[in-house]
Amino acid sequence: MTTQGRARDVQVAGLWKTFDTQRGEQVNALQDIHLSIRAGEFVSVVGASGCGKSTLMRIVCGLIAPTRGRVAVDGEAVTQPRDDVGVVFQNAVLLPWMTVKDNVLMPSDLRSRRRAEHEERAQALLQMTGLTGFESKYPFELSGGMRQRVSICRALMCQPSFLALDEPFGALDAMTREQMNLELMRIWAETGATVLFITHSVPEAVLLSDRVVVMTPRPGRIADVIPIELPRPRSLKDYGSELFNGYTSRIREHLGAQTLA
Amino acid sequence: MATPAESESISAPRRSPSGLRWGRGALLAVALPSITLVVLLVLWDRAVVHFQIPSTLLARPLDVLSELAYGLKTGTLLIHTWVTLQEVFYGFLVGGFAGFALGALVAESTFTRLALYPFLVAFQMIPKVAIAPLFIIWLGYGVSSKVAFTASITFFPVVINTIVGLRSVDSEVLEMMRVFRATRWQAFYRVKLRFALPYLFASLEVAMVLSVIGAIVAEFVGATKGLGYLILQEMHQLETARVFAVLIVLSVVGIILSWVIRVIARAALFWHESERGMPN
Repeated sequence: MTTQGRARDVQVAGLWKTFDTQRGEQVNALQDIHLSIRAGEFVSVVGASGCGKSTLMRIVCGLIAPTRGRVAVDGEAVTQPRDDVGVVFQNAVLLPWMTVKDNVLMPSDLRSRRRAEHEERAQALLQMTGLTGFESKYPFELSGGMRQRVSICRALMCQPSFLALDEPFGALDAMTREQMNLELMRIWAETGATVLFITHSVPEAVLLSDRVVVMTPRPGRIADVIPIELPRPRSLKDYGSELFNGYTSRIREHLGAQTLA
Repeated sequence: MATPAESESISAPRRSPSGLRWGRGALLAVALPSITLVVLLVLWDRAVVHFQIPSTLLARPLDVLSELAYGLKTGTLLIHTWVTLQEVFYGFLVGGFAGFALGALVAESTFTRLALYPFLVAFQMIPKVAIAPLFIIWLGYGVSSKVAFTASITFFPVVINTIVGLRSVDSEVLEMMRVFRATRWQAFYRVKLRFALPYLFASLEVAMVLSVIGAIVAEFVGATKGLGYLILQEMHQLETARVFAVLIVLSVVGIILSWVIRVIARAALFWHESERGMPN
């Protein structure tokens, strides 16, 4: 896994996104977003639902176009999805008629006919995420946590140097979620990829991130960017430490302020 | 694809929890219809005898059976069944393929949708039986007019369900395909088509039933062979028992054909909710 391509830096400059509602009104989903992610950095975006964080991720991935502004990965403007960007959505979005292995191999199958060259990597990814022995299972035979692990393997298949995750653990129960957090930290350490992590869980963001971006809704704006200076490697023991609580309450102040306003 | 049952259990419960209940259920599934059949046959026979119904109106079950055996032995029934089967088969094939192709065009391209969809809807409103005579005029009394009419009848459910099926694809899955930079063809062939399959098979089951109806109706209108033709012949000679014998052949043909579709659907849709946890 260490033979990753070089990590990418991500630049978001002056990003606006306006949606037309069905009534013909205009809603500012994103307003003047500036964000710069260093190569290999783990950045989380937290905010209440509807603050535009998923929109931000979709623009950064090249899935939708911004109304104004610019996204660049390693200096190259993003106008469509890139080969070196891996994406994980809240739902695992696996293809139900394919086995675990076929799902993981899907991105490479779409690009080349020589499957054998990629099987080794798929196998290694499945091993890294503890899915060895489940290669020939179908998604409906797996638990929610395992499905999301398959989805992460699939995102890592094309050796992404930038990984975008949109509330990947939002649908999981609390215990599975903590376990997945630890796994994600390990994967990040092993691959060295740049990570943009969208979540609505404040502790999750603090535990995982180098920096936490706090967004406020209507219009979606960045309220604060907070560097998390907890020493690594981190573990679940960090939850509840004084430093940790300091970060979470600082973030919650922003999130709380907007509900009162 | 938010499946409601996000259970942490790994094994999917494909069989019913207790084998015992399964066995009893299967036994009942055979025994109960058999009892119903015997009771109905006995009632039928007693009614014919008791009310002295003439055999030209309603034959006794055993007479029907002996006519069936006779027809099979002499080969008359088999010859006509073979003709009707061919009409059903080719009509189903042509109608199914045409329906799928047009459905895919309408679902995938705005241009064809705007150009064709209104006419599809309008054409569907015509009672198909009313146009059967046209096919006889155009294509004659042979097999081809029956195939064409059968195809025109099976066509519609397949078109509509292909369109609905191809549009039912989860938008998240398509977004994921964009992330993988799949081509339009790859997204269609590898994802949309698969998600459309449950709809497609549902329509093929309907189409199979319709194609048998189509062949028989077309034969009624004008034919020299086939089970529909045979029914008319026997009716004119007031051979009611033979009409019933033909009906039995027709229902057996229908059951076998739907069963074939079910088996194929089951194999192709093993991953779909509709097929999971189902016995046999």
